Amino acid sequence: MKTSQKHIVIIGGGPAGLEAADNLQTLGYDVTILEKESAIGGKVINWHQLFPDRMAAKDVMAHLTNKLSSNVRVVTNANITEIVTGNGKYKIFFNQNQIIEAEAILITVGYDLFDARIKEEYGYGIYDNVITSVELEKMFCQNKPILTQQGKVPERIAFIHCVGSRDEKAGIEYCSSVCCVTGVKQAIEIKELLPKTDVMMFYMDLRMHGRYYEDLYLEAQQKHHIQFIRGRLSEAAENPDGSLTLKADDTLAGSPIKVKADLMILLVGFSPSACNNKLSKMLNIELGNDGFFSPCNTHIDTNSAHTSGIFVAGTCTGPKSLEYTLADARSAALKVHKYLVYAPVSEVLN
Amino acid sequence: MILEGKKKLWNDYQKEIADDNYFYVRSCVRQNLFPGAEHTFLKIMRNELKKDVFEDPKHTTCTGIGYHSDIVPLETIMTVVARQFSLMSENGYSNFVPSCITSFGIYTEILELWEHHPEMEERARENLYKATKREFKAPANLAHASDVIFKFRNEIARKSRFRLIDKSTGKPLKVVEHIGCHYSRMFPHKGLGGAEFPNVLTGLVEAFGGEIVDYPERRACCGFGFRQYLVQANRGYSISCSRKKFESMAPYNPDLIITNCPGCPYFLDRWQYTISEMEGKTYGQNGHGIPVFTFEELAGLMLGYNPWDIGLQMHQVAFEPLLDKIGIEYDAHDKYCDADGNFLGKPEMPEMMKYY
Repeated sequence: MKTSQKHIVIIGGGPAGLEAADNLQTLGYDVTILEKESAIGGKVINWHQLFPDRMAAKDVMAHLTNKLSSNVRVVTNANITEIVTGNGKYKIFFNQNQIIEAEAILITVGYDLFDARIKEEYGYGIYDNVITSVELEKMFCQNKPILTQQGKVPERIAFIHCVGSRDEKAGIEYCSSVCCVTGVKQAIEIKELLPKTDVMMFYMDLRMHGRYYEDLYLEAQQKHHIQFIRGRLSEAAENPDGSLTLKADDTLAGSPIKVKADLMILLVGFSPSACNNKLSKMLNIELGNDGFFSPCNTHIDTNSAHTSGIFVAGTCTGPKSLEYTLADARSAALKVHKYLVYAPVSEVLN
Repeated sequence: MILEGKKKLWNDYQKEIADDNYFYVRSCVRQNLFPGAEHTFLKIMRNELKKDVFEDPKHTTCTGIGYHSDIVPLETIMTVVARQFSLMSENGYSNFVPSCITSFGIYTEILELWEHHPEMEERARENLYKATKREFKAPANLAHASDVIFKFRNEIARKSRFRLIDKSTGKPLKVVEHIGCHYSRMFPHKGLGGAEFPNVLTGLVEAFGGEIVDYPERRACCGFGFRQYLVQANRGYSISCSRKKFESMAPYNPDLIITNCPGCPYFLDRWQYTISEMEGKTYGQNGHGIPVFTFEELAGLMLGYNPWDIGLQMHQVAFEPLLDKIGIEYDAHDKYCDADGNFLGKPEMPEMMKYY
């Protein structure tokens, strides 16, 4: 069978799904992307600039979407109800009566955001001036002025790191990997917009693991005088004027601190996608104890799931930056190709 | 403040509260500090709500204060708790209602311990049997007395003569609610509304038409925390805790404070007098201080009970201006009379804080 006669379904139309679709179409495959939302692009479509080089997220999205050819069919608002195997193929049932067949399935369902309301002591959803990093990024995207709910230019903004990351109490023990550098990038953006505003970062570790991340961190301190306080927030409370009183331990100074902030931004981490459980049951694939998909091998096979013909890529296997997500998607496309060329579906599935 | 956000959170922290047939255990200290509070609870439950509430005079302290002061070991307190449960079982009850927040925390903690470590429960059973020849069943339902009042808050509000409304303006009174630390801090899911934004007293205040004040130091301890007070050298820390709260709530001009713990109303009430003597500063309007009530006292007042039957004469901070504001009648002369109407004499009046 020629590659052009083979069909691959990609579940999830975010950056990983789009990048994989492009690579698979280049290899000559027909691809269908099933996206549950009304538009493709995933969470990046609401992002303003990307770390560490501040590239516009919309330019990356344009690059990912513009190169899709007619060999890639996109179905939005897709609700998958059942997946069955037979005759060496997968049958995917979606949107009531629609059925699509595929020789391979690539799962790129991405992640959900940690629900900041779980950290009740921070008052998200209750206090007027507590927002998440995602909401801040949307404000940047829409070119909205950074104001408090009371319409005031904030004199002090506090960023809270690790909201839903490495937090046993919140039931999430892993690191979300990208929030530290996201916070630093957003703090710099705020200082550029509001040079007179004090910006404080409450952190427990700063994990600047990527290339140029450390440069961004130094720029934040040296050029923008952003204050970094090593201490987790114990609680926030709302003042009569809508500002917030924050309590934390400054573990470097060795003393508790209480500061006032006009706006608090919670750097929310990754949670496993709500789709993971449903798909894992449909495809008989086990999830890791953190709720993300587990590939066959962490080192040498990061894209094969434990069921033949099923592949995984992107943040559905754990928190990743966009850079690593796209690289993972390219790797997955090649893995699918190798599977279809060297391991005929009929032999494996039957 | 986004009220809808709070309501969503409250929905996550609901608990089952028995509908009737309660075995009630009293607090060690409330009967001395605010002796009318428990009496008022029983009156409301029996006379207004027609519920069966049973007390056994053989019940004792739970030894919680000793436990939290490192005087009573865990094994001892578990045996004492087992004995309390045996009294409940012997009398044919299974719904356990403590008056005290510390006790509620103790019972919750021990039941949780027994659930995860059945061998500890077995050991407590052995100890109890050796010491008293008693046996017990664990409660089918454990709820603090304020949980029970919360459950029936709308029914109580319907029967009430008064509401938390300023009679001259028609506006709701501003109410500070203070929850005892041991109510839900240790086990958030055992308390109505959880640990960060408890609902157990806000629900009662709203049922009576009051407006809740959410102030920055709302979560802070009242200052009773046992080591802060039992160790005399630490009492400065105790009063500083209370002072921090008063300073934080003062800008909101609250009309009253409501609590659900034995220690909190005592410290929030008495320390206001002490601060006035130490610093010459009074909180609340016109130098009267901010009156502090237990949840039962407030419910009793709303139902129209005589303030002196509720025991308000034991309060340090003057509450009469608040009664006037609501329109609750009282006979000022009876404040210093005993139950038979004999005048007992007036105490010496404080210098700074206005008193009646």
